[in-house]
Amino acid sequence: MKRFILAILIPLSLSFGENIKTIEIPNIPDNKLKDGKGKEVVEQYCSICHSLNYITMQKGLSKKVWEAEVKKMILFGAPIENQKDIDAIVEYLEKNY
Amino acid sequence: MYTRRQLLKQAAALGLSTFYFKNLNFDAVADEISFPEKSKDLIILSPRPPLLETPNKYFKKLITPKEALFVRWHLSGIPTYINLDEFRLKVSGNVENPLELTIQDLMTKFEPVEYVAVIQCAGNGRSYVKPSVPGAQWKYGAMGNVKWTGVRLKDILNKAGIKKGSVDVVFNGLDVPPMPSTPDVVKSIPIDELFDDIIVAYKMNDEPIPMLNGFPLRLIVPGWYASLWIKSLSDITVTDKEFDGFWVKSAYRVPDNPCRCIEPGETPEKTKPVHRMRTYSIIIDPSDTKVVKLGEKVKIMGVAFSGGYSVNQVLVSIDGGKSWSKADLGKDLGRYSWIQWFYEFTPKRKGEYIVMVLAINSIGEGQPLKGLWNPSGYEWNEIQKLTIKVV
Repeated sequence: MKRFILAILIPLSLSFGENIKTIEIPNIPDNKLKDGKGKEVVEQYCSICHSLNYITMQKGLSKKVWEAEVKKMILFGAPIENQKDIDAIVEYLEKNY
Repeated sequence: MYTRRQLLKQAAALGLSTFYFKNLNFDAVADEISFPEKSKDLIILSPRPPLLETPNKYFKKLITPKEALFVRWHLSGIPTYINLDEFRLKVSGNVENPLELTIQDLMTKFEPVEYVAVIQCAGNGRSYVKPSVPGAQWKYGAMGNVKWTGVRLKDILNKAGIKKGSVDVVFNGLDVPPMPSTPDVVKSIPIDELFDDIIVAYKMNDEPIPMLNGFPLRLIVPGWYASLWIKSLSDITVTDKEFDGFWVKSAYRVPDNPCRCIEPGETPEKTKPVHRMRTYSIIIDPSDTKVVKLGEKVKIMGVAFSGGYSVNQVLVSIDGGKSWSKADLGKDLGRYSWIQWFYEFTPKRKGEYIVMVLAINSIGEGQPLKGLWNPSGYEWNEIQKLTIKVV
């Protein structure tokens, strides 16, 4: 119990006179994806690295652009290994966002 | 990890009243969540990694308060614990004397430099790009005007002694990828493109930099987009060959042609890294279509800035671009700062007035009537339009 009090006191009082700084990132839930075929696959892979808000904030993109995005995410290390999953993800994204 | 709500619940269980927290200036109340050291009214584009946008109202101030400045991290492994006793800025690679500097070293052994500079995400305004492009859908709030204090990168590199034949200077911060397969955010600047005003900052608006904005050190490349401004800077490496990291070779690139633009949907033949900022003026107040009565004075204000060359003219049109007149300019805080502009007029007829604002800098760079499109929506600086309805 003492530990959490410290965790909130330190960031409030830190100056360069005091040498440890910690912050707590609030645990805010992601925006929810629209229901649809492939939603679970998208949730499973995309939320490994980033919030689903990255998807819900987009303003309507073509299949070509979503394909390129998924390819980019694989370059960024997304562990989407088989073509079936890639296709399901692209199809869901194109249809819903 | 605790949420603030959980913390407060625990505090209640311990018999600590919310009054106690208020006295500590702990600004979250039970039903509101805010990010550490940040205002609770920042707009949350994403919680993980945090993408927090500054609401328009803060831009009425010449200097953006540090708790209101936007937050943009690329990878979810952001630093949440830093011990300054252990923290070192390492300077290594193709240098005579590798360095390991403490914050104290930087504050006491180098000449301090300070200036006000606009910090702007390369994707600021992306939500207005037509046709729309993927990426963080910022309005105009991925920017701010901040006073930075630090030491010249040049002075640090001179202390280390750059060896002959060096090519790039590479910058890395404390953030880490969420997965081993994800490339770490590492950026570079060619040695030939370094300039004296690049600093390693340890203060923002005269105080330590908030953790989410890059505590304890941030690279400041004034006049350039913030993609280069590495947060929680921990490593500077001089290389003897071109740096080919993912975040330089594959991300944050624009078409390599004079307009840095292509027709929507096309693919650029060649690309180059995002560097210097385009000239930009943004209408702050009113923030949206406004209805006024005939005879009522209309007051408009905003900010204008450019990539390191002073904005010396801001022109306003109230007839959709047919005629233009000069706006009054506010206090000049130097070529890296934004300048506030003010304009007022009294409508002489009922109907709609289309207000447009164009900034021009000292080397003649202005803004396009139609935004310059590129696949990632970087460097957006289309002339804005605001409607005033007179009834």
